Amino acid sequence: MIDVNCFIGAFPFRELPHPDADVLVRVLEREGIAGAWVAHLPTAFHRDVTAGNLALFAALEPHRARLHPVPAIRPDWPHWESALVAVHALGARAIRAYPQQWGMGAHDSRLSHLASACGEIGLPLVLTTRFEDVRQRSALDVAADLSGAHIRAIVRADPRVNVVVTCAGRALIEESHWGLTPEERARLTWDISWIWGPPEDDLAHLLHTIGAEHFLFGSAWPLRLMQSPFANLELLPPETRQLNLAEAP
Amino acid sequence: MADDASEPLAGRTPLVDVHAHFYHAASGRGDYQRVNASRLRAGERIGIRAHIASILGSWGHKSPTYFPSFSNVTSGNDAMLALQDAHPDRIRCYVTVNPNDTSHAREEIERCVGRGAVGIKLAASRRADDALLDPIAEQAAMRGLPVLHHIWQHRTREWPGQEISDGVDLGRLAVRHPHASFILAHIGGGGDWAHSCAAVADISNIFLDLSGSGVDRGMLDLAYASVGASRLLWGCDITMETGLAKLRALEAVGLSDDELEEVRWRNAARIFPHNALPGIPTSGVAARRTDAHVRVPQ
Repeated sequence: MIDVNCFIGAFPFRELPHPDADVLVRVLEREGIAGAWVAHLPTAFHRDVTAGNLALFAALEPHRARLHPVPAIRPDWPHWESALVAVHALGARAIRAYPQQWGMGAHDSRLSHLASACGEIGLPLVLTTRFEDVRQRSALDVAADLSGAHIRAIVRADPRVNVVVTCAGRALIEESHWGLTPEERARLTWDISWIWGPPEDDLAHLLHTIGAEHFLFGSAWPLRLMQSPFANLELLPPETRQLNLAEAP
Repeated sequence: MADDASEPLAGRTPLVDVHAHFYHAASGRGDYQRVNASRLRAGERIGIRAHIASILGSWGHKSPTYFPSFSNVTSGNDAMLALQDAHPDRIRCYVTVNPNDTSHAREEIERCVGRGAVGIKLAASRRADDALLDPIAEQAAMRGLPVLHHIWQHRTREWPGQEISDGVDLGRLAVRHPHASFILAHIGGGGDWAHSCAAVADISNIFLDLSGSGVDRGMLDLAYASVGASRLLWGCDITMETGLAKLRALEAVGLSDDELEEVRWRNAARIFPHNALPGIPTSGVAARRTDAHVRVPQ
């Protein structure tokens, strides 16, 4: 099993205990997870992602057997296309984009261009719904949650792009999934880090209605406890527990 | 994964959920029985021996969840007591009150304690430090009933639909009533938990309930460092997977086995009326306050 939603590095708005690559490796070992897709958390809040991407590759270098880099590419930055080629050559496993933190609307053509470029080279595009619950955010953290309109527009942008959305809840997942054609939704998967379990049983509901093949294991570590998605899977009703989540694309 | 007949996921050591909710026919949701059954099923799988639960009026169907009409308060409490009577081996009841009618609130507490309620639930009908809460806190102290108070972790502004309180507000009430026990609700339930930890660190009659959908790393570490294991209470609120995750994370935080037992059940056994919780040992657990005169469901 791969955790597709991990970060390293500090968070601007609160202290995170040990958000380091070597600690992540130990946590994966403890939880019995084979590896993780790892992004650089501070980069989500940087204007220029270049330095953060370099820091990500450097920090993961000793752990590349288990930690797979997911750098960020900002499609309104000069020469972003060559930056994408460069991180691909360095072994990027997927690409992260943060439209809300970059002030890009749902139908920003630059996001479409990034989606097409990712589809062209065969790298999944990873989007983050939120980093923290809206009720606790700093007054400086004014970015809204990712919208369904963003997700649908990016998926529709190119028939070759695979999109992974992290930290979404049931409402966003349903409005996005059922707002796409079967061909489009086949290219859209979700991590389970922010989907509620019992007694509401949102995860069980989604696995049955949308299909387990659309869901990936993800934790949002080091922002959130890696124990939580495991507990969610273990508490699925017996008839749902046998369903297998998708493999990372 | 193990099947449902195997060892509980959280082991066989007693475990008390101090913050649970159920629904009823007047809640306005057609699947209320499924949701109630799901809580009990998940509780069995986790190994929860006692769900201490409340119903907040009609849950917004006939009057607002946090400003329930007095008749809805009563019907919600009746539904909660009926669930306790139907499951005496695992459900206990908080009596919910709206403090804007002091007489009704006090009478409702007496009525429901007479039928076996073991604690008082205050939501967000009045700010925690309001003088209208004093008679309720006095009654809680006299009866030996803990007060579970809904909290927004760090009130930075008003939010619609509730008159929210934070740890500072609850602290003022707790200082005025040192012989009552207060449970600061769901530190993972929204807002800045770090603010709550700081606000109540030195107020010994406030206990932190770990429930809520939030599973932020660092939250448990800070709660433990701020108030110690003897003032932490385990709970789920409306997401049980996060409760199980936090229970496991407490081990990673470094609590000893003895401290884990404090959080799992022993602290609850101290602040709730003696012998009021099903399946929970009472020998060797000194009650924090005088025992309540409650009817223990059979």
